[in-house]
Amino acid sequence: MAEIIVEGLSHTYSAGTPFQKTAIENINLRIPQGQFVGLLGHTGSGKSTFVQHLNALLQPTSGRVLLDGEDINKDKKTRRDVKWKVGLVFQYPEYQLFEETVYADIGFGPKNMGLGKEEIDERVREAASFVGVEPELFEKSPLELSGGQKRRIAIAGVIAMRPGVLILDEPTAGLDPAGCRQIMDNICRYQRETGATVLIVSHNMDDAARLCERLIVFDHGGVVMDGTPEEVFSRPQELIQIGLAVPQSTAIAMALQEKGLALKGAVYTHEQLLMAVEAAKGAALC
Amino acid sequence: MSAIIEFKDVHFKYPEDELESLCGITLAIEEGSFVAVLGHNGSGKSTLAKHMNAILTPTSGQVLVNGLDTADENRLLDVRRTVGMVFQNPDNQIVANVVEDDVAFAPENLGIPSGQIRDRVDRALQIVGMYELRQHAPHLLSGGQKQRVAIAGVIAMEPKVIVLDEPTAMLDPQGRAEVISTVTRLCREKGMTVVLITHHMEECIGADRLLVMSNGSLVDDGTPAQVFSRVEEMEAEGLAVPETVRLAYDLNRRGFSLPIDTLDVSACADNILKEIR
Amino acid sequence: MLKDITLGQYFPGDSLIHKLDPRTKLIAVVLYIVALFQAKGWIGYGAVTLATLILMAISHISFGNIFKGLKPMLFIIVLTALLNIFYTTGTPVVEGWIITWEGIDRAVKMILRIVLLITGTFLLTYTTSPMALTDGLELLLNPLKKLHVPVHEMTIMMSMALRFIPTLIEETDKIMSAQKARGADFETGSLIQRAKALLPILVPLFVSAFRRADELAVAMESRCYHGGEGRTRMKQLHLAGRDYAALVVSALFLAGIIVLRHFGL
Repeated sequence: MAEIIVEGLSHTYSAGTPFQKTAIENINLRIPQGQFVGLLGHTGSGKSTFVQHLNALLQPTSGRVLLDGEDINKDKKTRRDVKWKVGLVFQYPEYQLFEETVYADIGFGPKNMGLGKEEIDERVREAASFVGVEPELFEKSPLELSGGQKRRIAIAGVIAMRPGVLILDEPTAGLDPAGCRQIMDNICRYQRETGATVLIVSHNMDDAARLCERLIVFDHGGVVMDGTPEEVFSRPQELIQIGLAVPQSTAIAMALQEKGLALKGAVYTHEQLLMAVEAAKGAALC
Repeated sequence: MSAIIEFKDVHFKYPEDELESLCGITLAIEEGSFVAVLGHNGSGKSTLAKHMNAILTPTSGQVLVNGLDTADENRLLDVRRTVGMVFQNPDNQIVANVVEDDVAFAPENLGIPSGQIRDRVDRALQIVGMYELRQHAPHLLSGGQKQRVAIAGVIAMEPKVIVLDEPTAMLDPQGRAEVISTVTRLCREKGMTVVLITHHMEECIGADRLLVMSNGSLVDDGTPAQVFSRVEEMEAEGLAVPETVRLAYDLNRRGFSLPIDTLDVSACADNILKEIR
Repeated sequence: MLKDITLGQYFPGDSLIHKLDPRTKLIAVVLYIVALFQAKGWIGYGAVTLATLILMAISHISFGNIFKGLKPMLFIIVLTALLNIFYTTGTPVVEGWIITWEGIDRAVKMILRIVLLITGTFLLTYTTSPMALTDGLELLLNPLKKLHVPVHEMTIMMSMALRFIPTLIEETDKIMSAQKARGADFETGSLIQRAKALLPILVPLFVSAFRRADELAVAMESRCYHGGEGRTRMKQLHLAGRDYAALVVSALFLAGIIVLRHFGL
């Protein structure tokens, strides 16, 4: 369940006008159930356009997107139903809050699904607990809360649809380090406990290196790298060439290697760097 | 060098809050220096910034800008033309539909003669590298470009100080780099005093002085190297330290003896090589 | 997409029309509109159409651009045309038909009138930056300041509104996508249901507009804005020879149309 297959996906904005712009071109991917995927690429590389195809918010100019073998753009009904199966959290989602209470806002998605009152209640409570929103806040207006809390309520609003695939476009943008950590922990917990597929669009290389099991790198509307963090970060020069940063640990490891110290394996987390340096010292002492 | 901005035991409380947002800040900012202020959300760093050009005035205590009391309403314009302010959301501080018209806004408000405004605007746009795009509509620019236009709009006022209140929070890494390199250049080449409020520790590395705020108080003050090497204290504040410091700190606990206050990646690598060989 | 709407869009250029003082253009547009409503016969309409085509040629504004602007008005244009065709009495085109020659005559004139009206105002906004336009308006209305009309405040509000239209359109697009991703449905249901479905867009849009206004006010004050008093302008407006020439031509044109009308042309 919840396997995504993308075949020859292309999208051109304002096709047929002088403003025509190809945002993504011929993307082919298979994302199996339960994977934790990071989508990297600088602004304008096509990653945001790509994710909006996965829940049929945008329709392909050519190519198709299959969810569990079924074309999500088959007809009007599948296009609508896919919204609950593939939950998409936009950048700065706190700006979409509109209901009078936190409870109603989290329940907006389930209500649109046509669920009964009890089912909605259960889902709202479950989603709120995933993001660490206490029931005491339910009757408050979402507009009174702090930025970090609003963000978590907005994410809960998507989680409440129990999507088998959860996509988040820069979920930590604009938050301070403590706020970022909290959101990422929430997302990891959702993935662990429900077995959902998670796709995160991120600019934070350290987070991507630490949390994701697979990284897909976009550039100029195409996929230029696709692999484990180890595979992707073992080619740091290519990342830098397309204008992306590398994790801080990788930068230090690269400097060490440039100066003639051989390190074993790819280095992209603090722990790996620690161990690599220790091992190098041990080897030098022998 | 003399202090261009001075805080004297400044307390501030928002009317709707119970707790003070600033609890007795005493601080002097040297003219021509690059000062970074780091702190998590709600630490009071934005409130501190808003006191520097009289958007807020102290509940008690005094803020002096170039010797002028910010609470003196008769000198409000003098304070504001001395300390320019750049805000977080680039969209909400651009007032005109054309880049150059926006940059001209402050000098126009100050009643500068037309011919001089043109010169100031052109110069400001050249400093931030946006001169080529002066005829563009702001909403078609990238976040980093918009923020540089906002900076130019402040420079055109010819202030002595530029205060930036989380100018990079809404930008992508490329935009962030553009903004930070622009303000660093302003300080180093034009001698402007820069106060940068941020929660990205990597943006503070190039500063002369780093202040850390927590719960409305200044909890640390020193060069970035000094402040970041107090690893335990930084972590207790919920703030990160650069990987170079973190690495040296953790390696030292495992029997290395590295200098902990290195912020430069290449220098950090040199230290490790020296230790190993 | 909402983004494709052109509203008060400005195409930079340096044609003669672009170079004219905004005050000249504002007055000329008023004269043009009066002339358009004074036109009676086919010769009058022909003259206005010809003048419009000449202005388009001088300002390098293409038919495509004008057409894009007319598109949203298409419905109104077609509707007025149909009403005129079917509800004008007179000589039937074919014996027994409801359509009359008079109806066709009136319909074509109505279409021309609407299209020319829109085209004329587009020629103004396409060739004049919103900033210049509001500056010009402020100067033209300046005498009203003596009557305590807040002219400066009105024009600065206008230019802010123009500045934020694209930003708010972009934002509406984003909010709509976000709510669609939560299964909001804007397309089906009864009229009341659809009106209700707008709530998830309007509430966040208003909240955000207020937040923007708040931040904008602080940013403007930080840049020493303190009302219109003592303000100077980077781009000072002064009337050149070509402006007087343009005004004289516009006035003569209007006079000509009125003369034609007098003779029923």
